[in-house]
Amino acid sequence: MTSPARTASGSTAGTIRLTMTVNGDARAADRVPPGISLLTALREHFDLPGSKNACEQGECGSCTVYLDGEPVCSCLVAAGQAQGREVRTVEGLAAQAGVPGAVQRAFIECGAVQCGFCTPGLIVAVDALVRRDVELDDAVVREELAGNLCRCTGYEKIIDAVRVAARYVREAAA
Amino acid sequence: MDFFAPASWAEALETKAARPDAVPISGGTDVMVELNFDLRRPSALMDLGRIRELREWDVVGGTVHLGAAVPYARIISDLADRLPALAMAARTVGSPQIRNRATVGGNLGTASPAGDAHPALLATGAVVQAESFRGVRHIPIDGFFTGVKRSALAQDELIRAVLIPTAAGPQQFSKVGSRGAMVIAVCSFALALDLEAHRVGTGIGSAGPTPLVARAAERFLAGALDWTTLSVPTAAAQRFGELVAEAASPIDDVRGTADYRRHALAVLATRALRWVRTAGNGTHTREPVPA
Repeated sequence: MTSPARTASGSTAGTIRLTMTVNGDARAADRVPPGISLLTALREHFDLPGSKNACEQGECGSCTVYLDGEPVCSCLVAAGQAQGREVRTVEGLAAQAGVPGAVQRAFIECGAVQCGFCTPGLIVAVDALVRRDVELDDAVVREELAGNLCRCTGYEKIIDAVRVAARYVREAAA
Repeated sequence: MDFFAPASWAEALETKAARPDAVPISGGTDVMVELNFDLRRPSALMDLGRIRELREWDVVGGTVHLGAAVPYARIISDLADRLPALAMAARTVGSPQIRNRATVGGNLGTASPAGDAHPALLATGAVVQAESFRGVRHIPIDGFFTGVKRSALAQDELIRAVLIPTAAGPQQFSKVGSRGAMVIAVCSFALALDLEAHRVGTGIGSAGPTPLVARAAERFLAGALDWTTLSVPTAAAQRFGELVAEAASPIDDVRGTADYRRHALAVLATRALRWVRTAGNGTHTREPVPA
């Protein structure tokens, strides 16, 4: 059988050394409890507070990150499950340090941000959405973003931002 | 907490035998909620995410062998033709983020009466393949759920796969929720018709202590249905709905009342019956729902 010590190399008192590729860089953190969420690990052990903690049950989407290329709720991934995996957070979606990426730019231009708490999760979810080959009519956008709750905007400007972001991503690919 | 990440199925079975206290985790969409809210403090977790064969599906002699950890997003993209009812149910699971992680194996492990996969598995006569170091067991789905969030799985067993017959006719699934997406079912219903055996399968979700089958409704419809045109007299369709509602055993809770659930199930059942006629194999747009 797998010994805990083997899967959690360098572990002390039930914690692990968590190694991941985060936003393109090989990163590691020591003394991570394996049962905390990937979200908590990112915020408290990897100094990446962009992903937000709200519901902790997969309802609100404010913790959305890419895990091995797929958008997931990082609050529902155990830190130990992310061992050796590739994670991209909202911080990794900037065009370069301090310069917003396409989706971030679209959100700013469309006024799709009010209090801003849901924004990091939405940026990741929208990034995933506009890179998929789907027709972005209103019904589709609303359903695809059903897992990201915003209590301020009423979603209209977010949906505008999806369209603009899709155009930016298309233009960049052309 | 100990954390195990077996690299193979054999290693997972060995770990579970030595540590039956290890809670299996795959998509994490149920287990992590309990951990985050401190509703459960397991002494050990076992990540099944590194076991390749659990994430694969295959067709063997007309039966889909669905690995326990195939996420719902893959069921939608890969299996809508072979398993239409399950794929329809998969589309109603959570959000895209949840569907990228959540699995049928996890739905079964949690064994919630509201699990979205369960009605489709019941309607299609699926079999749960469970395994421990003692051997493999095939548990018919109608014997799998033993109580609220309880199943026939033994302490040392893990779910390896779910065996689901390829559709032999039209299938439907629908569910009632408080919004159009991202909801836990108030109640749900699946219907599967076998055009070769002239058999009807049903599954009811979120309207009893366990997911349920409406056997009397199945027998009634098998006799009342014109198997060539898939049509039934209006009165028989109504009766089918009533029999489905009678098979349920709902309670009043935060999501709805028992009366509402019975009423809604009768509506869902008669609609499913209409949709199997109008929507072909379930892959096309359904007719609009009348008030």
